[in-house]
Order: sequence, then structure tokens, then C-alpha cells
Amino acid sequence: MAYTVPKLKDFSPAALDGAVAELLSALEEESAQPGNADARKAFRDRWLARKDGILTQINELWLKAAPKDAKRDVGQRVNKLKAEVEQKVEAALEKKPAASADTSLDISLPGIRRPIGAEHPIIRTMNEIVGVFKNLGYSVAEGPVIETDYYNFEALNFPPNHPARDTQDTLFLANQETKPRREQLLLRTHTSPVQIRTMEKMRPPVRIVIPGKVHRNDPPDASHSPMFHQVEGLAVDTNITFGDLKGTLDHAMKALFGSSAKTAFRPSFFPFTEPSAEMYVSCFICGGSGKRGSDPCRPCKQTGWIEILGCGMVDPNVFEFVKHNGYDPEKVSGFAFGMGIDRIAMLKYGLDDLQLFFQGDVRFLEQFG
Amino acid sequence: MKLSAQWIREFVDVPVDNGRLAEDLTSIGIAVEGISGEGANTVFEMEIGTNRPDAMNHYGVAREAAAFYGIALKPIETSGAKAPRESESGNAALKRSSTQNPAAEAGSHSGSRSGTAGAAPSRSTSSAGSGFAIVIDDKDGCARYTAQIVRGVKIANSPEHLASRLALVDQRAINNAADASNYTLWEMGHPTHAFDLDLLQGGKIVVRRARDGETLKTLDGVDRKLSSEDLIIADANRPVALAGVMGGFDTMITDKTKNILIESAWFDPVAVRKTAKRHGLHTDASHRFERGADYGATSLACALVSQRIMESGGGELEGSQIDAVAREIDQAPVVLRISQVHRMLGSKLETHQILAILKRLGFELVPEPGAQPEFSVQIPSWRLDIEREIDLIEEVARLHGYNNFANTLPSFSGGVVENPETAKAAKARSTLLALGYNEAVSLSFVSNEDAETFSSTPVVELANPLSEEASLMRGSLLPGMLEMVAFNLNRGTDYVRLFEMGDIYEGSGFGTAEHARICFAATASALNRDMPQGGVLDKSKGEAGLDLFRSIKGDVERVLDAFEHNTLQYDDKSSEYYEPGRSARVLVNGAPLAQFGLLHPQVVTRRKLRQDVYVAEINAEELYKHSLRLIRYEPLPKYPGVERDFSFLFPDKVTFDQIEKAVQGLVITELRSFGPVEIFRGGSVLAGSYSILLRAKFQSHDRTLREDEVNDWTARIVSEMQKLGGTQRA
Ligand SMILES: [Zn+2]
Repeated sequence: MAYTVPKLKDFSPAALDGAVAELLSALEEESAQPGNADARKAFRDRWLARKDGILTQINELWLKAAPKDAKRDVGQRVNKLKAEVEQKVEAALEKKPAASADTSLDISLPGIRRPIGAEHPIIRTMNEIVGVFKNLGYSVAEGPVIETDYYNFEALNFPPNHPARDTQDTLFLANQETKPRREQLLLRTHTSPVQIRTMEKMRPPVRIVIPGKVHRNDPPDASHSPMFHQVEGLAVDTNITFGDLKGTLDHAMKALFGSSAKTAFRPSFFPFTEPSAEMYVSCFICGGSGKRGSDPCRPCKQTGWIEILGCGMVDPNVFEFVKHNGYDPEKVSGFAFGMGIDRIAMLKYGLDDLQLFFQGDVRFLEQFG
Repeated sequence: MKLSAQWIREFVDVPVDNGRLAEDLTSIGIAVEGISGEGANTVFEMEIGTNRPDAMNHYGVAREAAAFYGIALKPIETSGAKAPRESESGNAALKRSSTQNPAAEAGSHSGSRSGTAGAAPSRSTSSAGSGFAIVIDDKDGCARYTAQIVRGVKIANSPEHLASRLALVDQRAINNAADASNYTLWEMGHPTHAFDLDLLQGGKIVVRRARDGETLKTLDGVDRKLSSEDLIIADANRPVALAGVMGGFDTMITDKTKNILIESAWFDPVAVRKTAKRHGLHTDASHRFERGADYGATSLACALVSQRIMESGGGELEGSQIDAVAREIDQAPVVLRISQVHRMLGSKLETHQILAILKRLGFELVPEPGAQPEFSVQIPSWRLDIEREIDLIEEVARLHGYNNFANTLPSFSGGVVENPETAKAAKARSTLLALGYNEAVSLSFVSNEDAETFSSTPVVELANPLSEEASLMRGSLLPGMLEMVAFNLNRGTDYVRLFEMGDIYEGSGFGTAEHARICFAATASALNRDMPQGGVLDKSKGEAGLDLFRSIKGDVERVLDAFEHNTLQYDDKSSEYYEPGRSARVLVNGAPLAQFGLLHPQVVTRRKLRQDVYVAEINAEELYKHSLRLIRYEPLPKYPGVERDFSFLFPDKVTFDQIEKAVQGLVITELRSFGPVEIFRGGSVLAGSYSILLRAKFQSHDRTLREDEVNDWTARIVSEMQKLGGTQRA
């Protein structure tokens, strides 16, 4: 039979002593009970709850009910008792409850994992790169996937019948024969057309970063895809130099791959930049050593370097196409760069098959959550 | 392209080993991508940019090495053959020709030469003492044609040293005449061709466009119909070669050949490219002519080929070279301002450093008068890629070494322009990720069949698709999505939630349009697994799929609710590939914004999907016209709320929308929420009707509600429900 606070008729010291003793002995007994978290909470509430706890009841049944002449004595006793009960309850709760098989849980059972989606690794990589340039004060620009010959080639200094066009494996739209060449439609082979589109709209200075999809007539295999992603950048101002191109990209690589990343540049050829360069970054898989433990590092072919992007100073011929909008090559200069995101993501996550990106296989995608 | 390290070293005394040589060449853009073999058999795998045809051979690479190390380039020996010497016309290009060859300069020039001063402006004719004539009928297509006749040759196999060198760079030996031409190509870069002189009719070579109806069997044995745009070599009667691309079968060198005509010409890059493309040919010769061959090298190449033929096959030169020049190649001097070098490169290279680099590369610099240092730069004939000041600046940067320029960061002017769509797409993406959808990316192509099923807009067709099944640009994200869902189901992954954000393509009149879309899909397994305990309304299972439908609907609403929008309206006019009655369209202000629901069973069957799939398509382009939802704080209630439940029987035709509208019509400001808790069909509930448990919560911002006012509202709600045909249950 659980203890209940009795109503007192006799407020004499002896009677009060008896009532207090009875209460404390009940507390003693209940304190000894082992219990799980629920039981412990119930125990605490029973004694200390502001609403209807035993201490509150003492206030009601003993102190408030005491005759005037006994109030002082009862008050002192009740205060002393309250302090003692609070202290004993807390002390009892601090004691570790005895383990009991039927009340504790098997904490080794797996947690329930509510599903969360994973960002696509290409999109994720693209956003990381775009983020680096946003932090450098670049604006995001976008442009259409279906482009004209003019924007994809001509204004980027690929003259008609130039062999450099061969390197692009262009996918053309059907039924374009009746149009003038520069208006013929194709799937852009790079994000570079957005350079021209942006310069047509904005006078210098510009600093833009351009993420987007591009297409080429490359049958799909482990390292090719007819669709892939690029991030392009363009900076034009009155004072941009080749050193600025190198410094900006070096900074970006350190932001992406860590402050120990190194860059190296070597001459290359793109119709729309001059001087043109390929940039290499110290292998972010092996740290530039060319080795993983005692094995050769495959991503960098043991060279310690990974070719990561093409870049260069904007070719004056390109500026000629947008000269009317403030891009006089005698007055402004700029740099541009472009990188293939899919390949970077492949290297970064150690994929050996590019096709995994485009199959929507949940077992693959979930790994990027 | 493979080159032999030893062959390169024949022309320059490289002071470092092959590994280092490869690195150094690579650092100046003459990229060595790989090294194989050892010692004399060391082979460099080269990657030479399309702008550098001059470096697509051993001598050209040796020239770059000489420039890099600042050491001498040796001349190519042509001791065995008489080589022509530049004489009367003062041809500047020839003076700067790549020969750099004292032997060539010392040769005698006895052939006649009419050049551009010839009688007819469009035609230039030259003939040797023998009377064999070269006629350049098309001087746009052919600027120069140098020829040499060699008589009394014995066609045989090439000497071993020559054949093995060709083998080293992946070239097959054929016979001494063909190999001499090929060897010379790989040695110094100029393509040549050898004809059997006795098979050329009428004692002349004519360079002209083909006539309609003419045909030519090329060396590869293919009979080709020629077009009037094809640049060809003809004899007096018929085409004998595709100029700069491939020789003809009927005039080729055979075992019976005794007398040979060697062709060493300069063909126009565009003319060769067009001819090669039209015939689907790409040869070592066309590759070089398309990119710009050395105008000044025809004579040397011709001499080298004849020398090599005679070395192994005997015979003797008939007369000297016939050198027909139709026009000069314009290589005007380029002005280089030192200030521009500094402006572009940002590095204070000293003038003498700049001059030294350019001189080493074969440029001749003459100072221009003026306050600022400026130079008039004469371009060597083998560098057709150098036409402008910036081209020279690149040469300076290249040889100085890109990595020797300091890294700097630019000081920028101007501000950042926000692209509002980026933030909106990011919000939609993060919402879908939080809802448990994995992001997918599919290819942009679809088949005709898919386009017919899933898009109503005009299609965008590719002229050269990868395959029939990928011949159109997608007009919907759904086909790609279903393919990916099927891919998963076929591999035993039943719990699939995927989304894709991307553009679709629409043909519009003469042009095209691109529209942003969001598509997501979930299998019934995934929706069931993730159904929250309190989410199930239909306790009777009388309406299978109701809660799954509500599940995908809720996901659509989550995405839409990230944006400011007026009340969403729903109708049943979803596309045909949805199951009627289990799909819906979402409209805002009467404009469709999304559609979603259960995929039509026919589509499920056709696509061999192994279970029900719920999909949603959001017109992101329309959605992004709305601003992102402005987040405002609403004070939290201070007073307790009161809940009331109502149980009603309704005829099936009464929708929750009607119930909700009726309650909203009461305009009870203290009504905080109102919704269904449970739905039941069957059992004691008569067919044609359903039982629904509704819960209302009342709460006030400024007082504790009184029993009587709650009772009053409750009574009004009950009365509205009864007007709708509802019967209150006990
Ligand atoms: Zn590595």
C-alpha cells in the first residue's frame, strides 16, 4: 500500500514528529526501488511535482491546515522536511539503477534510418566549383544547350572549315541546310558560347562562372559520354594578365583540393584563347607522389599530376565579335577557362566507369548522401 | 603521333637525355604524352595541337628543341640531288623557307618558271626542258606545285634502315618510291606524291577543280564520283589524284614503274579539307595540308624524295625541278609592341629576353622608329599560324615557360550579378533531397516512341544521332526517369525515389526553346515503407493507393510551398500516361504548374516496370517565376487550443475539397486547423458512401476559449456537413 499524505488533526510536536517519520520511511522505501527511466521519472514526479506532488500536498494538508498557534512550528518543520525530501529524492535518482533485463533496451540494434536523398555527384562537384568562384566575386551565368554555329564556333574564332572544329565531334540538329551557316543549330560542344552571350549583354568588367551541360558525338563507354558537364569561367577587365589567370586558378585549386594543392601550366591550343594553356593539379589521390602505398597511382598515371582544365587569355579575335559593347582588345584583356566536371568527379570519387553517373542506380547514388 | 627520339637528335645535338627532352618539349607545348622503347628505338608519343603542323615531324620538333636549348639546328642533307635555288622573283617566303640548307641554296635552277606573271591571270604554267608541263588552273586551291622527273628507276623494297625507321613511327613500308615520299613526310613534314610518269597522259599535270561526272579510283581502291568543288590533280585527260588527300590508283607506282614524277605542292587548307571531308578521307597528307603546310618547303621536299628514290632505285633526274608558282602566300610582317607583351603577360620581361626568344624560333626582328619599343617581325614560312601580335606574345610566353610567370590575383572592378534562378533551383533541390529523393542525371536523348508517348510539343531532331533510339532531344524528363526506375527494379532495388532537374527541348518554328523541368518518381514499395504512422487515412484499405497518392501529392506540395503562390487548385486533367482517377494536375491562378499520380498501367506494362510507380512533373520554368517564399514569423499561441472530432457518413461523390470549402465558408477565425483523421469504407458502411473522421482545432490568440462558443462553432460545422449530405455518426 503506497504512502499517502495524511490529513492531520493533531499538530502537537509529537504527532508531527510521527508524521514526518512515517513520510521519510516511505521515501526511504521507494528510493530503494530499482527502476528504468520511466519509473524514475514517476518517482520524482510523485514526490516533487509542483502539481500534486507529495511535497505540494504537505503544504496543503499540513501547513495550510495548521491552527494559527501551531503555524510557526509546522512551517519550520515543513521547510526542513521539504529540503530533506528534495535532497533525498535527488540522491536516490543519482544512484545508478540496478540493471534489469526486462526494462533496458538492446542498444546494439540498428538505428531506424529515415531516407534522405543524395545530391548527384556531378551536380555536387559542379556546385563546389561554382561556389569557389562565387566566393571570388564571380556571377553565375547560363546559356542554351542548343546553340547556333555562330556562338559555338564562329564567334569563338573557329572559322568555317577549320580543323579545330573536328576535335569537337559536334551533334547537329536536323533540317538546318537552308539556313545561313552561322544560324545553323547544333548541341553546344562546350560552355564557351556563354562567354559571347554574356559579353553581348554586359559591358566590361565581367567575371562569370558558367555551369552547364554539353554534348558531343561520343558513343558511351567507361570514359566517354555523349553528354557531360562543364564549368566555364571568364574574367575581362582593363588590367587582366596571364599571371592573373594562373593566380586565380591556382587559388581555386587550393580552395577545392586543399592548400597543399599545386598547379602547373603548359602550352596548348584553343581557337578562342591565346596564349592557351592546359592546367595540371598535383594529384589529389596520391598527393603528387605518383604512388598509393607501394602501388602505382592510376588516376595520375604515376606522374603525380592530373590534367584538369584548359584555359588562356581571351583571343583578340573573340573580342572583335563583341567590340561594339566595350570590348576593344586594345583596351581590355581577359582570361577564360573551362573544365570537364564528370571527369573531375570520377577522379575525386574513384569511379572507373563514367556510365554510372547516368544510370540512376540508387545503390550508386546513395553513396553520395 | 609517334616520333623517334634518335631521328630528332639527327638534327640537333640535344644536351639532355630522352626523358628530360620529353619534359622540356612538353613544357613548350610540343607535348610528349608517353615514351616507349629504349636507346635507338625510343619513341615519343606526341600530341601536337592543330595549329602546329610544322611540328608534326622530326625536323620540326628538332627545331623546337633547338629553340628551347638555344642551340644550332642542323640542315637536312640533300647531297645526292640537285635542289633548286630561289632566284629571280625575290620570293621572300622562299628565302625564309624551312630548308635552312646551304646545299639547297647552292643548287642550280634551270627550270622555267612563269609564276604569277603568267599569261592568264587564273593560270600558271611551267615546264621542264623535257617539255612536261605543270599547269595550275586553280590558283586559290594550289599556290605552288614543284615537280621532278626521275627516269630509269628500279622499284624495289626500301633499304632496311629506312624501312625500320618508318616502322618505328608506325608506318608500313611499301616500295622504295612510296617510302621515300613517306620518309620525307615524317622527316621534315611536307607531303609529296609519286606518280608513274608513263601512266600520266598528255605530258602534263593540271591542278584544277573536278568536272561534274568525272570519277577517280583512289589508292585505296575506291571508285569516287567527283564534284566540281573537289580540288584534283589531272593529266591531260583525267583526274589522277585528289589534291593533297590521296593519289589515284591508275597512276600509282608499281613493280613495272620505270619513270617517276614527284609532286611536292602547296595546297590550300580549306580546299583540301573540303575535298577530304566530302570523300570521308583523312590521310597524313590531308592532315598537314588542312592545317597549313610550309609554302617554302616544296622544293626541298621534292629534292629529298628524288634523292632517296635514286639512292635505292637508281635512275637519274631528268632536268631539274619544275616549280610552278601560282601565287605567293601572304606573310606580311607583324608589329610587336613590347608594351603589349607586358600588358598581356603581366611580367616585366626585358626586351632583350623577348627578342632572344623570337630569334631562336626563326623570327627576324627589325626595330621600328618611335618612342615605345616596337619591332617589325618577319614570320618564317613554316609558321602559318603566326599572323598577329598576340601570336608572337604567345610564342614569348611559351618559350619563357608558363610556370616561370608569377601567380597574381587581379584587382576587380564592378559588382556581382545574382542569378535568381540559381537560388530557386537550389531550394527545390534541397527540398527533394530532404524528402528522400536521390538526384539522378539522365542523357538528353529519347526515341521517337518515347517522344510520342510523353511529349506533346514539337520535337527537336538530330542530324547525326548516336543511334536511332537517341535521335531526338528529350521533350520530357519522364522517359529518362522511367528508364532509371526500371534499371533499379531490374536489379532488385525496389525502394526507389529519384528526381531529376533539367531542361527539355521544344522545336518551335524555325528555332528551338529550352524549358526547365523537375521530375520525380517513387515506387509503391518506397512510398509504403516511408509512410508515417499517422499518415494512413484509409483504415479499411477500401481505397488502395489513396495514401500512396497522398504521399506523392504531399511531396509535390512541399516543393511548391517553397515558393510564394496563391491557393493550389487541383483537377483531373493529367496527361494520358497517368492513370485516370489516380492522378491530378496542379494549377495556380488557373495555370498548370505540375501533374502527378500513378503511372498508367499500360505504360507500366510497356516499360516492364515490376511495380506501381508514382511520378510527378513540375514545370520549373513556371515555378521559378514565383519568388521564393518569404519567411515571416507568426507569434506562438499563448492560450490553450480545443480539439473536436466529427464522424460523418458521406456519399462517395462528396469530396474533401467540398467539405473543406464548406467549413472555410463559415469564416471561424479561431479555427486553426481542420482535416481528416480516418476514412473507412465497407463493413457497416453502405456501398456508395464512406465514413470519415474529421478533426477541428480551435484556438485564439487573445483568450481562453469558452465552452459555449466552441459548441456553437461545432454545431455550425455539423450543420454545414449535413447540408452536403453528411450523416453524423454517434
Ligand atoms: Zn596520383
